[in-house]
Order: sequence, then C-alpha cells, then structure tokens
Amino acid sequence: MLQGISSEAFVLGCSAIGAGIGLIAGLGPGIGQGYAAGKGAEAVGRQPEAKGDIMQTMLLGQAVAETTGIYSLVVAIILLFVRPLLAGL
Amino acid sequence: MGIRFTINGKEIYIHDTVVNSWIIVILLSIFAIVVNRKLKKANIDEKPTGLLNVVEILVEVLESLVKSVMGPTRMGFMPYIGTLALYLICANLFGLLGFTPPTSDYNVTLALAIITFTLMHYNGIKSNGVKNYAKGFFEPMAFLFPINLIGEIATPISLSFRLFGNILSGSIIMALIYKGLNSVSMFLTPFVAPVFHFYFDVFSGLIQTLIFSMLTMLNIANKMGDEPTEVIK
Repeated sequence: MLQGISSEAFVLGCSAIGAGIGLIAGLGPGIGQGYAAGKGAEAVGRQPEAKGDIMQTMLLGQAVAETTGIYSLVVAIILLFVRPLLAGL
Repeated sequence: MGIRFTINGKEIYIHDTVVNSWIIVILLSIFAIVVNRKLKKANIDEKPTGLLNVVEILVEVLESLVKSVMGPTRMGFMPYIGTLALYLICANLFGLLGFTPPTSDYNVTLALAIITFTLMHYNGIKSNGVKNYAKGFFEPMAFLFPINLIGEIATPISLSFRLFGNILSGSIIMALIYKGLNSVSMFLTPFVAPVFHFYFDVFSGLIQTLIFSMLTMLNIANKMGDEPTEVIK
C-alpha cells in the first residue's frame, strides 16, 4: 500500500487537505456578516441620522460573528506552517 | 529583524516582534514628549494649531467613544483605552513600513487579552463585591456554572485570536499577492499591490483596533453592572 510515498509526504499532503477543508468554515461568517450588513443598510435607509451608531453596532456584531471563521483560519495556518502532525511520526 | 547576541557562551535571540514593539513604544514616547512640550507652551486663549489640533481631535474622539460605550461615570478607563488604541493602530499599520506587525505574534495579542481579562474581573469584584460577583457565575440557574466558567475563559481566547488571525492572515495574503504578481511581471507589482495593501493592512488594521478596544470597553462595563449614581474615580 502507498508505494513510493514517504510517510512525511503523506502527512504533509493530508495536512494541506485538512487546511483546505477547514476553510469551508468561512461560509458561515460570510453569510452572517452579509446578513448583518444588509440589515445595517436597511436601518440606515430608515433612519439616516443614526448612521454612526448603526455602523458601530454593525461592525461590532460582524467582528463577533467572525470568530468561528478566525478559529478555522488559525487551525489551517497551524496545519500549514507549524505542521504539528509531523511530530507524531 | 530579530537581534541575536551571545553572553557567556549562551546565545540569546530577541524575537523581531519584541524589537518592533520597542520601536513603537519609543516612537510613541517621543510623540508624547513632543506633544507635552507644545501643550505647556500653548496659550489657552488662542485656537489650537497644527499638531495640537490633531491631538485634540484624537482625545475628543476617544472621550466620546468611552463615554458612549461605558457611560460618563467611568471616564477613568479612558487613558488605558487610549493607550491600547494608539498602540494597536501603530502595531497594525507597522506592516506597511515593511516590518513584521507585532500583533501578528500570538504572544502579543494574548498578553493584551489577559490585561482585558484581569481588568474585567478586578473591576467586577471591586464594583459588585465578592458575593455578588460569585453569584454571577450561578445565573440564571445553578447547574449552568460550568458553562458560565467556559464562557469566561473563552472571552480572552476569542479576543486574542480575532486580532491575531486578522493581522496574520493579512500579512500572509500580502506575501502571496507579492509572489503571484512578481511571477506575472515585475512591473505590475508597484501598481496593483497598493490596492490590496489598503484593504488588508489599513482597513482591517483600523477596524480591528476599533473592535479590540470596543470589546474591551464592553466587557469591562458588562462585568461592572449597572452604572452607579455616584462618580467612581
């Protein structure tokens, strides 16, 4: 089985695939942030004088919604650059 | 950019984020000294001019931000929030000068988040008393204690990872863009790269500064509970 492939190369390849799959988590924050931005635009349309407050609240909510995406990004970066799985060989 | 030197046969390596942090601290100190000199010479009856005008705008923006988020009785937090915001702006925009931004090192952001965490709980105990503070962990029901505990620990982790992830991903994407553009044509890079710099360095750096200081303020104010009627110094 797996002739001609060293175990290092196999682990590295699987890490890269894992990082790629992990970034699918970017879908969720994308949808959430877009929804928040749409609602923000609606709110500005209804109440243009409260634009500053709405912007501030929207950005804050988006930043919190972003957290899960950032977690997956950090996991992907660790898989690609720190390569913790190679230590187990 | 790190510094490597040897003392008594031991090799010591000072990481580049530490060096860059010290550069920022020295630059900010020089800025503060210059502003202080000008401030003492300034005439109170005249309009502020030049640098003093800019500094006045900065202080007013920070004051109104702290006042609107934490309330007028908690203006004592303004110096810390201002320091945090100034340091984070400089640190996030340091990538533009070709240095490694200090905030792309997890140690720096974790340290900042731990300061926030300490401030949250210290002020929570101080303004509510130990009994009420401990009671907060058992709300709304007693068996939710473990979940509340995890929630408290998750705050600094998510706070630090948010800043770290944004700045690090910005610098990684910029490195990828430079490599990709250089492989197409060396003459294309100087015209196309600044557009991406504006988004990944300037925009995301400033937004993350706002978010970090805002979440710090909100978390502290949240832990302190409702605003008291008397003024806290």
